[in-house]
Amino acid sequence: MSARGEVLVSVQGLKTYYSIRGSFLDRLVGRTGAAVRAVDDVSLELRKGEVLGLVGESGSGKTTLGRTLLGLVPATEGSVVFEGRDITKLHERELRDIRRRVQIVFQDPHASLNPAMTIAQAVGHPLQIHGLESDGAMLRARVAEALERVGLAPAEQFMDKYPSDLSGGQKQRAVIARAIILNPVLLVADEPVSMLDMSVRAKILELMLGLKNDFDLTYLYITHDLATAKFFCDRIAIMYLGRIVEIGPSAAIYEDPKHPYTQALLKAIPEPDPRRTIPRDLPRGEVPDASRPPLGCSFHPRCPKAFEVCGWESRDLKDLLERRWAGMEEEAYEAEQAAVGPVEPLDVAVTHAHLPAHGGGRGAEVRAILERARAADPAEPFWRGVRRIEEVDGRVEIDWHEPVEPRLLPTGRVEVECHLYDEEALAEAGRRRSGPIPQ
Amino acid sequence: MSSGAPILDVRNLRLWYGTRRGPVRAVDGVSLEIDAGDVLGLVGESGCGKSTLGRGILGLLPEGARADGEVLYRGRNLVTMSPRELRRLRGPELGLIFQEPMTRLNPLLRIEDHFRETLAQHDSKLTNREIRRRSLDTLGRMGIPPTRFRQYPHEFSGGMRQRIMIALALVLHPSLLVADEPTTSLDVIVEAQILRILADLKENFDTALLLITHNLGIVAEACDRVAVMYAGQIAEEGPARDVFADPQHPYTRELLRSTISLDTTELHSIPGAPPNLISPPSGCRFHPRCPDVMQVCPAQGPIETAPEPGRRVLCWLHGPEREIPAGGTERLERKELAVAEEA
Repeated sequence: MSARGEVLVSVQGLKTYYSIRGSFLDRLVGRTGAAVRAVDDVSLELRKGEVLGLVGESGSGKTTLGRTLLGLVPATEGSVVFEGRDITKLHERELRDIRRRVQIVFQDPHASLNPAMTIAQAVGHPLQIHGLESDGAMLRARVAEALERVGLAPAEQFMDKYPSDLSGGQKQRAVIARAIILNPVLLVADEPVSMLDMSVRAKILELMLGLKNDFDLTYLYITHDLATAKFFCDRIAIMYLGRIVEIGPSAAIYEDPKHPYTQALLKAIPEPDPRRTIPRDLPRGEVPDASRPPLGCSFHPRCPKAFEVCGWESRDLKDLLERRWAGMEEEAYEAEQAAVGPVEPLDVAVTHAHLPAHGGGRGAEVRAILERARAADPAEPFWRGVRRIEEVDGRVEIDWHEPVEPRLLPTGRVEVECHLYDEEALAEAGRRRSGPIPQ
Repeated sequence: MSSGAPILDVRNLRLWYGTRRGPVRAVDGVSLEIDAGDVLGLVGESGCGKSTLGRGILGLLPEGARADGEVLYRGRNLVTMSPRELRRLRGPELGLIFQEPMTRLNPLLRIEDHFRETLAQHDSKLTNREIRRRSLDTLGRMGIPPTRFRQYPHEFSGGMRQRIMIALALVLHPSLLVADEPTTSLDVIVEAQILRILADLKENFDTALLLITHNLGIVAEACDRVAVMYAGQIAEEGPARDVFADPQHPYTRELLRSTISLDTTELHSIPGAPPNLISPPSGCRFHPRCPDVMQVCPAQGPIETAPEPGRRVLCWLHGPEREIPAGGTERLERKELAVAEEA
């Protein structure tokens, strides 16, 4: 592991938001639309010669983070310092210089190659764009060298072919040849093997490891695949909804995952081991909408270990009721639904709610429904977050504990953003627990 | 495994379609059985013919494709059945789940309307109340709450859409469901949730499942039996547990070794690439890539043998000896393959 090398890229407090265009009326009256917080306050360092894995599910912000590092997407806030320069502040012309030093390999090798360009043209293109080689014979010689280095040998056999003549693995080799022909120091590889067949993946990973040693490369390996990341990476950063929730040496993360999300990811990977079966205790639901992230810790609605201060709120009540009603006998469901009223008003990020939202004097009935839900699954973490349930004026009022914002804190060999490892948050939860007992 | 006649019995099925370069023999002499309520995994790399086989079984091949052989569903041959009869079976008897749930749901129809259309098409006498009850019941088992019955497809996440697709297939209680890479576009936790549902079909719906996938991990965890497909043929078939613990075909063994899992400590790959199915290699189709290749392999196509009860393998390593010519078991030096020929 080369974790002690000098810092090549330093990311501090990086935020990349995409604004969602509101409706025409919104724009007319000057209201700005909401924002998707694709990357939401990320700090990390990439050291020379290391392979850092950026692991997360779709919507985690891993790809946006990779692209922000290349200056392909403008940062909203924060800095990305590469070789002494903050690339979030550079102009397009200056970025071009950076892009000679930082190259990217995308997931789909077919889409990465222009179908109208021969392999030689495609691989040699960066040299021409950057004005590094204009002599035709020299250019061809350098292309041949790059092709042979990535295993497309003899190069003559490939140079005048078109992408459609190549297999998926061969195309990805050509894409990698194009990336290394400029002698970059950093390669961002965004799911470079996930579209390839199993029997081919290993070969591309081996090639990438070989190139790393030969050219003293540093990799940012972006993937959803914890298995290849384990093999390939020195360090791993696990992302969830725009934030790093756990980061540390690969060995530590895989031996002793700390964050409940990391634990769930590792458990969910289907392993070719016939003694295993699909786990039953999986986190429920899916990655939430990044334009309306949950309060507190973004993972709390799915977390089996969440407690008082994790961010419980009105939307969690809506989910709880809907989960309860899924699969309930129709008559029973209809009776409960009628008492509770429409659940849409619960779909807001607040720590207070009342049921039914529009009154109607069915408070006692709603109260009984909630008690039944609790009795059906008393271990459900949701109930730990409830501070108060009370009948007022024929309605049920519910308050949740105010969330404590999670922080990325060192824990053992890793850093993790989870209240389970935060003494202050645990103490605060303890104080809330010993407060007035919820009725 | 249950006893009695299999619900699906595929016998020597061949499926091919024409291209400018010649006929592609995507499925070339495949035999398979699925027992009621069983989960059979069909695993292979891209281009091995697994998707064509799945569609061929349901008679859903594109225009111009040809089929030969038998697909016996409860004793009736689907290959020779008229399109009309086949359409009547699809839905109440045979269901299909595709990879991309969004492309299979009509964006202009509410979830309720999808179910109404599906149910009414097969039983026009159903009352609205009955349609609603059956739909909500099936959706509920898939974890979709009744509060969302009147929403449109775009209001659901990818995992929920796939749950809706599965519910749409199951609401008619088919005896056989073909699922073609049903979790490929989903995240790993959602994938596991969906696989959990599919693996539990037997308990909840008594539906047999043909699960088509490239992911050996999915087969190991979700399937009772596995058929490994290579170049249009079944290389090996047997109980998933046994096949994974002790693969009999060199291709199965090499594929397992090349799969990168959490236990992987060194990388391994199979030299070469899967062949095209217009002009596949002579003899055994895996012979150019096989580490155990013998003299007989390129010369003659292998004969299926049963290394133990309930398992079968298509490889000369397992004989039958009387069919192998003298000297046929001598090792054949494999040509070193340049990357140029590899995938």
